[in-house]
Amino acid sequence: MADLEALAAQIRAVLEKEVSANLRGKAADPKAHVWGGRRPAAVYPEALEWLALAAKRGWTAPTWPKEYGGAAWTREEAKVLEGEIARLDLPPPLVGFGLTMIGPTLLQFGSEALKREHLPRITRGEIRWCQGYSEPNAGSDLASLQTTAVRDGDEYVVNGQKIWTSYGDLSDWMFMLVRTDPAAKKKQVGITFLLVDLATRGVEVRPIRLISGASPFCETFFADVRVPVVNVVGEVNAGWTVAKALLGHERSMIASVMGSGGRRDVPGAWDLASNRLAALAREQGAADDPLLRDRIAQLSMDELCFQLTVQRAADGAAAGQRPGPESSMFKLYGTELNQRRQELMLAIRGPQALGWEGAGFSADDLQQARDWLRSRGNSIEGGTSEVQLNVIAKQVLGLPD
Amino acid sequence: MRLVLTEDQRELRKTASAFAADRSPLSRVRKLRDAGDRLGYSRDVWRQMADLGWTGVCFAEADGGAGLGLAEVVVLAEALGRTLTPEPLLSSVMLAGQALAAAGTDRQRAELLPPLIAGKIVLALAFQERGARFDLHRVSTRAEGAPGGYRLVGTKIQVMDGAGADGFVVVARTSGAAADVEGISLFYVPTGAAGLRVEGQHRLDGRGCALVGLEGVEVPAASLIGELGKGAAVVDSVVDRATVALCGETLGGMSEAFERTLAYLKERVQFGVAIGSFQALKHRAARVFVEIELARSAVMAAARAVDERAPHAAAFVSAAKARCSDAYVLAANEAVQMHGGIGMTDEHDIGFFMKRARVAEMTFGDGAYHRDRFARICGF
Repeated sequence: MADLEALAAQIRAVLEKEVSANLRGKAADPKAHVWGGRRPAAVYPEALEWLALAAKRGWTAPTWPKEYGGAAWTREEAKVLEGEIARLDLPPPLVGFGLTMIGPTLLQFGSEALKREHLPRITRGEIRWCQGYSEPNAGSDLASLQTTAVRDGDEYVVNGQKIWTSYGDLSDWMFMLVRTDPAAKKKQVGITFLLVDLATRGVEVRPIRLISGASPFCETFFADVRVPVVNVVGEVNAGWTVAKALLGHERSMIASVMGSGGRRDVPGAWDLASNRLAALAREQGAADDPLLRDRIAQLSMDELCFQLTVQRAADGAAAGQRPGPESSMFKLYGTELNQRRQELMLAIRGPQALGWEGAGFSADDLQQARDWLRSRGNSIEGGTSEVQLNVIAKQVLGLPD
Repeated sequence: MRLVLTEDQRELRKTASAFAADRSPLSRVRKLRDAGDRLGYSRDVWRQMADLGWTGVCFAEADGGAGLGLAEVVVLAEALGRTLTPEPLLSSVMLAGQALAAAGTDRQRAELLPPLIAGKIVLALAFQERGARFDLHRVSTRAEGAPGGYRLVGTKIQVMDGAGADGFVVVARTSGAAADVEGISLFYVPTGAAGLRVEGQHRLDGRGCALVGLEGVEVPAASLIGELGKGAAVVDSVVDRATVALCGETLGGMSEAFERTLAYLKERVQFGVAIGSFQALKHRAARVFVEIELARSAVMAAARAVDERAPHAAAFVSAAKARCSDAYVLAANEAVQMHGGIGMTDEHDIGFFMKRARVAEMTFGDGAYHRDRFARICGF
């Protein structure tokens, strides 16, 4: 414990002296979030300085081994860093799927060569990654994917199409699932996990517009794209195992963001009076409507219970207990809470929230309409709610196929 | 607030679960009901629980208790709730007993708490009145001044474990209008007092309660519990704590009903397959699972919030009660539905949970009541 306190003090000194004070309070500011890559988006210059400083110390991926750009810290030590960063309300030094998805996956399954080639560049924010799983005909039934990779010498030739690629048009590399054995008896056995440089000839990326307007999603087309065989992660035809491990990471990430609009306080210190929905209702003159009031109370209670359940899972883990079944419902329930929140905010605002553009609508009104539309996708992306219910029924409740 | 069970709490859970399985299985509930048992529980089993120290769990050590908190009570209540154990934990311990512990004079506590904790006497809190619904302050039963004390006039309905109780803590009005917070007082009335009429009732969950008529019951001044006219705060606090205990019980009931349903889904074959393979039933079962997990978190937090005297503990209590009311009803209703025809037979046990769920829902305020209270506490 004393070691962690000393570490906290050291980190605090660095953050206070060497990281620009202009970044304090900007933890939630998108312009302060560095995604990195070959064609990086514009961010505050101080954020780039923070990235450089953090990368040098191994702080962008503190639990990764030092030879791959990490600090070789324990989970507890990494939490100390998170805590100190949160204390000053600083943005994380680097964000992206390299850190959260492909990085941990390469550490688990990647060859030494792939780890040395990719992990350091991830930690320095030099390369931005995207995910290539879903296809137009392979959504919930991902295993039926048809993008093929045919061996030719020491390369694979990739043909097909991926869809729902988040930030595909801003990314440099893609980790993708390809079919290497179309004759496999079970469709899962015949899938390979492959890393592809999107700058390779034959790759075309097109953004997808959603019912809520512009989105980060893209379609990615592959026409005779040549990929070195050494870019296979794990074994050929054994990519499904790698993919499942990575899907688990993705679902936890979505769930933790969805629950209660990102609020992270401990419920004991929960400031009930700052209920955002109630404040909006008062502002809109809807606070006296008994039906709206009941819906607000119900949603607020449900959000509280969800936070408490997330905390219960964390407290159990911290006490060394085996993970309980409660975490299997986080993605399902967290996304539904967000949808209900958007529906309720729409209901509270009334017809003012119907605006798409033009005079007479406030920026908040216009944003509300888009947020509500976008929220309809939460129960679909990252594993539909129906799939989540299937998973709970099978894996937690043991109900038969 | 850490939402984990301590080693001691896990031990308590183990012992209580074993007791419930061995000495208070669900079949007891059926037997008591079929026999038309007046009490609806067994004094003998109650004394066994007292011997195990469970009746004294949340009384102060000075009063002869273990000095533990609601966190322990809910563990106990949940284990007992799994088998719908009917003994008067809620009525005698959490309501009447805790009211005496909170507001009683040294003499009242010294006289009544030891035999109560020993399971030798059972006391009941008479608070509910016709037309009050869930409003604890809507008290029309009057306590008028009389020579040497007071004279109680009024009617209390559905007094939990009132039939067979050795005494009552009666909530009456000494001043103010019908719904005023000010002017509520608590009195101890022993069974057998002149003018006290106790008519036994059974509710649809098989448990006993009583219609208590106070027809000019005269009590000495020393029977006043707590400060004259300031009883509302005591009642509110005692009922909030009992609410948490009830939530613990409902966790047990809903979990048991759900597990029995899962077992049935896996074994019942129709159309050549186990009905648990039907996706519609799988999804509904998964929904019940989610509700129970959320309820568990809410109950653990409410118990700890009250124990730790957290600033908005009442909001946590309301969140727990609203959620548990709805979750138990959902789990139990789905349980009957998924059992199909046999779920509707009296011979099958699953119906007992549905009955208890409904009574629990309407005890100490239902979901709507607690959503309203939660909103008021949160300032909207």
